[in-house]
Amino acid sequence: MGKSKVTAKPNPTSGECRHATRNPCRLCTPFGACMVFHGISGCVPFIHGSQGCATYIRRYLIGHYREPVDIACSNFAEPTTVFGGKQNLETGLINVAAQYVPEMIGICTTCLAETIGDDVPMFLHEITKQHPDLPRLVQVATPSYCGTHTDGFNQAVRSVVEALAQSGAKHHGVNLFSGMLSPADLRYLKEIMTDFGLAATVLPDYSDSFDGEVWGQYKKNIEHGTAIADIEKAGGARASIEFYSTASSKKSAGGYLLERFGTPYYGMPIPISVKDTDRFLSVVSQLSGRVPPDKYDGERGRLIDAYVDGHKYVFEKRAVVYGEECLVVSLASFLSEIGIVPALCASGGHSGRLRDALAEQIPEMMPDVTVLEDTDFWDIAEAAKAVRPDLIIGNSNGYKLKRELGIPLIRVGLPIHDRIGASRILHVGYRGAQQLYDRIVNALIEQQQEESSVGYTHI
Amino acid sequence: METARHNILEGRKDQVHRKGQEPFNMACEKHSLAGSVSQRACVFCGSRVVLYPIADALHLIHGPAGCAAYTWDIRGALSSGPQLHRLSFTTDLRERDVIFGGEKKLYHALVELIDQFQPKAAFVYATCIVGVIGDDVDAVCKRVQEEKSIPVLPVHSEGFKGTKKDGYKAACDAMGRLVGTGDTAGIGPRSLNIMGDFNIAGETWLIKRYYERMGLQVVASFTGDGRIDDLRRAHGAALNVVQCSGSMIHLAKDMKERYGIPFIHVSYFGIEDMSRALYEVAEFFHDQDIVDRTQKLVRDEVSQIMPELNRYREKLMGKRACVYTGGAFKAFSLVRSLRTLGVQTVVVGSQTGSKDDYDLLRKLCDEGTILVDDTNPVELSRFVQEKGADLLIGGVKERPIAYKLGLGFCDHNHERKQVLAGYEGMVNFAREVYSSVCSPVWKLVPGRRTESEASGEAAAPTLLPVARKVS
Ligand code: SF4
Ligand code: SF4
Repeated sequence: MGKSKVTAKPNPTSGECRHATRNPCRLCTPFGACMVFHGISGCVPFIHGSQGCATYIRRYLIGHYREPVDIACSNFAEPTTVFGGKQNLETGLINVAAQYVPEMIGICTTCLAETIGDDVPMFLHEITKQHPDLPRLVQVATPSYCGTHTDGFNQAVRSVVEALAQSGAKHHGVNLFSGMLSPADLRYLKEIMTDFGLAATVLPDYSDSFDGEVWGQYKKNIEHGTAIADIEKAGGARASIEFYSTASSKKSAGGYLLERFGTPYYGMPIPISVKDTDRFLSVVSQLSGRVPPDKYDGERGRLIDAYVDGHKYVFEKRAVVYGEECLVVSLASFLSEIGIVPALCASGGHSGRLRDALAEQIPEMMPDVTVLEDTDFWDIAEAAKAVRPDLIIGNSNGYKLKRELGIPLIRVGLPIHDRIGASRILHVGYRGAQQLYDRIVNALIEQQQEESSVGYTHI
Repeated sequence: METARHNILEGRKDQVHRKGQEPFNMACEKHSLAGSVSQRACVFCGSRVVLYPIADALHLIHGPAGCAAYTWDIRGALSSGPQLHRLSFTTDLRERDVIFGGEKKLYHALVELIDQFQPKAAFVYATCIVGVIGDDVDAVCKRVQEEKSIPVLPVHSEGFKGTKKDGYKAACDAMGRLVGTGDTAGIGPRSLNIMGDFNIAGETWLIKRYYERMGLQVVASFTGDGRIDDLRRAHGAALNVVQCSGSMIHLAKDMKERYGIPFIHVSYFGIEDMSRALYEVAEFFHDQDIVDRTQKLVRDEVSQIMPELNRYREKLMGKRACVYTGGAFKAFSLVRSLRTLGVQTVVVGSQTGSKDDYDLLRKLCDEGTILVDDTNPVELSRFVQEKGADLLIGGVKERPIAYKLGLGFCDHNHERKQVLAGYEGMVNFAREVYSSVCSPVWKLVPGRRTESEASGEAAAPTLLPVARKVS
């Protein structure tokens, strides 16, 4: 299966095809779908299947965002697996409707519900007929044995758009399908759109639901996110912008809108490097008919000024980069721009497109880049040792490797469960690159400073 | 305001009780109501909690990768030697395996991992879909056991086949197959097994030191800092000391039946319960020397921590707490420990408590205290606010509820990194509670409900009419 597809070196330890996964480098599909549903205003995520999955997913999201995340579940019991999950689904939906009074319930499935062959679309059809007063129900099939959290995320965005966007009536807004970014990223992207005078529908928008204020009084925490009314209008938007590198636009939300309503479509990598942000802003500028406000020239200029100030500290350093495929590609592009070699690019994702996407972005570096697809942290660690890295860029799961190799870990992406402030990490745009750059350079300087016997106070 | 809707689902109303209201007939040990956001996990989680600390065993999760990914090194169970338990192994089933069966993959994965890591035994956890795709996990385990000459034990922990408690039982069944297969030479009559302590932050080590100071020999620990060879010879011990009644009781009963080893229930949390545990163990051995040593130990330890505890007590006097634990047994100790600190428990509940547990809890608590079984965030928030609690004790899943409402929080789950057991643990507990409840940050939380506001109002929650139960 996937393991035999590993594109660079064969398995670093044994050289053979592996049957067991050691320390997985991905999460499961309903995880991504729940993130999407949590980023829609008035929507409660609902997992159809076993309770453990729902609880683990909540636990994991809470560990990262440090925010309440309610995910309801149809709580399969033994008879459910024999007779099917319809009764549980029905009861569950009624109870969620009663307890949360939502506008919409977003339903995804666990492996179990998929394996026993529950026909969820049919169930929902029947349930809605019997209970016409239930809120809107949108569902996405998310068997984890077929994908990763990223796939679940992208599929959920598409399913939501397919279910809600019924009209092609033209308007001046823009759809932005930004993928699995941080709340800080989403805020910044919205700021950019506003600065260009564009009304943007960012889907999903969990910037407040995953990074909210303190309450003082109980809240259901479903009030924030993309407005359903805006999603309904998505087909008539001036264009859709979608960040992706390895996903297929045929299956994406933007691809769907193009096909169904002819909504102009712009697919591009997550904008982290100057090159990628330039591209993003030029599209935004073109769509809005405005030149970028001075503010962005300033941000860009200061970023490049910083690149210059720090270039010697980073030149030809070697990095291990891992995480979701699209994030890895964009980080690699950013690193190559500042002179760091992304010597190992790894992902648990198995789109099969990681190597090609990297080759497109950083062709000149490829001879020196090891790519691991559909991999796990055991193999990442083995491969990392072989590439002699100076730093690691990825989520908290690389901490053990960092400790073993004694080199800095720059925490990005998800999960970050050993620090606070995961929501506030900015990755995108000139400002995101600036923050990443400063963190990287300072980590390298600190390493050098700590390792020196002199104890320099000026570097 | 949203809190006007009190949001107890009709199907759950008999899982909530207010002390003082009659009759008391708490429903519990039910499958969670569909659609409620239960804080419970699954059977697999129960098995994993119990077996996880066995550090020289291979733990292979047979199923899709997610179940393994979420449980990778999340617990604070320490090992003094091998660290194999901190890795996460899975057969990572894919679509093809789901269609054609996962036995082959399981077989190869086991062989490959045993060759690579040379464990003393292997536990194979069957997760949900394994239960429905029809893999014969037992047969594969048997085959590998013969080929590799180490125990390879199936753990039937399909998530949907019950609650966390059933997972405890599956784990006990697996361990029961190990007990009795080792050599008991060198085990004396003053010996015991520690059961149901998981060495979170090193707690088993602490407890073990207490027993050793009392002149007792600890044969095996189930399962904190556990080792396969110790478990195999555990039937040589004179006594099983069982903490956390839920998780190990099956094995204790089994060992009583098979080897005539008596067991006692204890808790190591709080001064009262800790001391009672040591005295009860001491009395069991009918040996004045052990009793004398125990008295001295308790005296020394208590006098050492009292000054610091009193300092915290002064600061915490009159505060109110909500306690929500996995098993109910821990809740008893917490209610008592909080009382030692001058803190009143106003809401208390557990994910998996039994009728007897709730009965005991009710007796322990003050009038008006709310008892809940298998609650959810909406209810819990509601109760905490109604009662004007200053503190929530629970696990990571409950933490954001506390923080959003402006309450202190103390993690008392398996994921913590702090010793809370024993005398030393009592001081840590007090410090944890103090440093959260008395932080100045709460003053900045807008709209936070104060105690006086809460006591001025005690409306009974209205029930939502539409929901109904599912079998
Ligand atoms: S699949 Fe089953 S065993 Fe795995 S986490 Fe979900 S409920 Fe638990
Ligand atoms: S069974 Fe599937 S959905 Fe559930 S936790 Fe495991 S991988 Fe995820």
